[in-house]
Amino acid sequence: MTREEIIAKSKEFLASEFEVDENLITPESPLKETLGLDSLDLVDVVVLIEQNFGVTLTGPDFVGVVSFDDFYTMLEKKING
Amino acid sequence: MGIWSCLGHNLDEVRDALYNGKSGIIFDPVRKEMGFRSALTAKVDMPDLKKELSRAQRVYMPEQAKYAYCATVEALRNAGIDQDYLNTHEVGLLYGNDSSADPTVRAVDTMREKHDTTLCGSGAIFQSMNSTVTMNLGCIFKLRGINMTVSAACASGAHAIGLGALLIQTGLQDMVVCGGAQEVNPFSIGSFDGISAFSIREDAPEKASRPFDRDRDGLVPGGGAATVIIEEYEHAVKRGAPILAEVLGYGFSANGDHISSPNVDGPSKSLRMAIERAGIDIREIGYINAHATSTHVGDTNEAKAIYNVFGDQRTEVTSTKSQTGHEMWMAGASEIIYSMLMMKNDFIAANLNFENPDEDSAKLLIPATRVSKHFDTFLSNSFGFGGTNSSLVIRKFKE
Repeated sequence: MTREEIIAKSKEFLASEFEVDENLITPESPLKETLGLDSLDLVDVVVLIEQNFGVTLTGPDFVGVVSFDDFYTMLEKKING
Repeated sequence: MGIWSCLGHNLDEVRDALYNGKSGIIFDPVRKEMGFRSALTAKVDMPDLKKELSRAQRVYMPEQAKYAYCATVEALRNAGIDQDYLNTHEVGLLYGNDSSADPTVRAVDTMREKHDTTLCGSGAIFQSMNSTVTMNLGCIFKLRGINMTVSAACASGAHAIGLGALLIQTGLQDMVVCGGAQEVNPFSIGSFDGISAFSIREDAPEKASRPFDRDRDGLVPGGGAATVIIEEYEHAVKRGAPILAEVLGYGFSANGDHISSPNVDGPSKSLRMAIERAGIDIREIGYINAHATSTHVGDTNEAKAIYNVFGDQRTEVTSTKSQTGHEMWMAGASEIIYSMLMMKNDFIAANLNFENPDEDSAKLLIPATRVSKHFDTFLSNSFGFGGTNSSLVIRKFKE
């Protein structure tokens, strides 16, 4: 799966689930603040990633993830190995 | 008061449905496919709360908490209470609920399939706890008084109101939001269906719930939520609250007997206690809202208990479950509201499908058609598995 495909798909389901304007999701924008995530919501991010990409994230995967760009990089590694 | 039921989404709709003898019972083909012995159920609409509550508020709410939210919004509005009031006063919350099967089953399915508990999602634990209604409503409305779920089977909602009234009487709370909620999804009552407790008149859903009728063959499950606001009298007067009625008497008892078959002595004791605590003569009670669920032994023993206490008084007795089915954890609260709506509008709704009495129901005055009647005081019974009994005597408020 290409990075562009990962970005397009994840933007769509994250915006839908967390009810934010998809246009607010840019590579530079902060993941947690933009989606309004608290620690419980991160569990639902893990669920969404598993449902949409078939990979399971764990706590350590989020270390160093601040922006959506960081998130996509982490996802790309996880999905494509 | 506020309500979300198979008879309507607000008090006005429910009043009209009661008046017109509308049945909320349907045949649900999904249940048949799932292997239900009886696919009969009340049809309760799922509220769409996307515009009213944030995702962060909704994600922890199972269906019965959504019903309870809608009922509570209406009740608070009718009681003249806004969020500013709740933010600045201590208000309690006691709500009847005794299951949350759907999220529990879904979480277990996920664990079995995925072998990873994280994939149950963030909402599962909060949705599947028995106290889910009170934890959700408490957080949404910012309530800071007592916060507790009352689990007493099919008497849960009634006990919640009775206990709320006791907290008011003892001065521990000035105001308590009370009610009962009941999930309607098939998972919640599949095992109940499994003990052959439900009517199998699937060819005539509206005829299936027939409390006190000789040919009754079981109950029909229902649900939704009902909320009443109970308040200390002087407190209510001081804030100019629209006072509707007074909780005059709360009676309770336990059978200490069989887990599913009710007896006569336990309910009789509950009835007597409520009337004694109300400090009134039975002749002052103008209407009895029976627990009668349309099961053979339950209706028979309640008829005996009512006759034990009321004798030949011939006060009208009906079961609104003939219209709603058995709303279980919600029923004790919803039936207070149904009775209140009748008392306010001078009628007693028909006990639908009461075509032929049996030996015990023949001793009671059970109207099969709507009765025009002015009454100021009623008694409502709620009994539950394990033999828990509750009776409430309510009197219309007069200046």
